[in-house]
Amino acid sequence: MTNIKHIFAIFWRQMLLMRGNAFRPLNLFYFSALELFLWGVLTVYLDRTTGTGFHFVSLVLGAVILSSFMSRVVFGISASFLEDVWTRNFINLFSSPLSLHEYILGFVVVSIVESSVSLVFMAVLAQILLSYHILSFGLLLVPFAAVLFVFGLAMGIFTTAVVMRFGPSAEMVVWSIPPLLAPFSAVFYPLSALPFTLQKIAYFIPATHVFEGMRGVVLTGSLDWQSLAVGFALAVLYCIIAYWFLYRSYKSVLRRGTFARFATE
Amino acid sequence: MNDMILAVENLRKTYGGVTAVDGITFAVQAGEIVGLLGPNGAGKTTTIDMILGIVEPSGGMIRVFGQDFRTHRAVILARVNFAAVYAHLPGNTTVRQNLFIFGLLYGVSHLRERIAALLKEFNLEKLARTKTGLLSSGEQSRVHLAKALLNEPKLLLMDEPTASIDPSDSEIIREKIKTYAKQNRAAVLWTSHDMYEIESVCDRVLFISHGKIVLEGDPRELPALYGKKNLEELFIAVAREPLSLHVSV
Repeated sequence: MTNIKHIFAIFWRQMLLMRGNAFRPLNLFYFSALELFLWGVLTVYLDRTTGTGFHFVSLVLGAVILSSFMSRVVFGISASFLEDVWTRNFINLFSSPLSLHEYILGFVVVSIVESSVSLVFMAVLAQILLSYHILSFGLLLVPFAAVLFVFGLAMGIFTTAVVMRFGPSAEMVVWSIPPLLAPFSAVFYPLSALPFTLQKIAYFIPATHVFEGMRGVVLTGSLDWQSLAVGFALAVLYCIIAYWFLYRSYKSVLRRGTFARFATE
Repeated sequence: MNDMILAVENLRKTYGGVTAVDGITFAVQAGEIVGLLGPNGAGKTTTIDMILGIVEPSGGMIRVFGQDFRTHRAVILARVNFAAVYAHLPGNTTVRQNLFIFGLLYGVSHLRERIAALLKEFNLEKLARTKTGLLSSGEQSRVHLAKALLNEPKLLLMDEPTASIDPSDSEIIREKIKTYAKQNRAAVLWTSHDMYEIESVCDRVLFISHGKIVLEGDPRELPALYGKKNLEELFIAVAREPLSLHVSV
């Protein structure tokens, strides 16, 4: 049984936190804007100086925007979960009728809202500052964003499970997963630029299929739908595995009784 | 049997090789306030945490409102609530926001009216927009109690609810809970190290030592029964030599 009110309560709590402190909404925009500006200036510079006609801006900025979108999905879940770690709120939450899946679904809604706001902001900023139009991908943005969203959920749930299982000292996993994945996801360069062994690893990362697909569209005007489908299937598989791991972590916490002394773990 | 709210049968909890709760059995009736007494580490909080579902028992059975907790968790918890000295409400949201969020989680109907009534009852109206973490210990205890009564629970678990607050606020909390239990025929399980509090609030007490119930009875009659001057003296005897006391019964 899923109770919509429980999901709304978790989502609304995050929105209240956002409303109660000016720095929280700023988080949604600050790093995205910084990243966009850095890569934007660099690619404009490369476009101008190389004079090869190679479109650095088109190739990199779309990937930067969608990569940032994925990071927001991850943090929409894991950073929201950390609020309960920091405020030691687990006893209150899990002694109420709230179930684990409702708790996570609440964070999924947070993720949808935060990542959508961040995506729109970056798209507008890229258009104003760098004359880059991410909408030039048209409807293809939908499958690209869908794969990254599901993969982001998987990573968010996985990192949440790690912190739940190993305690607050594992918090660094939350912040380090998106940057750790970036080099293997071929965000800024084609898959072929990676050493052969790393290419094999990269193939199993759903985001790789999205960023390779985006480059394909820019360079050849066509999309490898089969590769994108593989990316989506992997993302769904990882989501299922991540939730299974989270459930096991939750059961382990109940068995070890660590909700009551979570801060000491 | 219809008055039985909580029934705990042969409840056990072990952590590795350590036994925290060792096969305890007890029941709490509607309208009854039962004190759970014992020294630190006796197993009181572990027992309460198992009834709340945040610690999984190693064995035994918990039945609330006649239903097995393992198979009816959400239904049961909607009619249970608690206040504990170690379970603070998030400090970064206001009093009203905390009550609103937990009201949603407990499925409280007419939530805004219920919150308004509780804010008034616990003299929290002026603090409604204050972040909970900014309140004094006494004020926070009143907020915890307001949260504990949000869903008008039929089973209320109180784990040292008056610890670290002044006698005046303690008295207010005791009276509120006593009145609530009688008026609503709610069952209350109450732990405290304040023997005066236990005597004034509880209808019955269970002494726990090393995870076992070693004594049970009326807190006003038990001391004399065991040749002690008062409940505090009996507590000290239970804490220091539980087995000898048990044998002497």
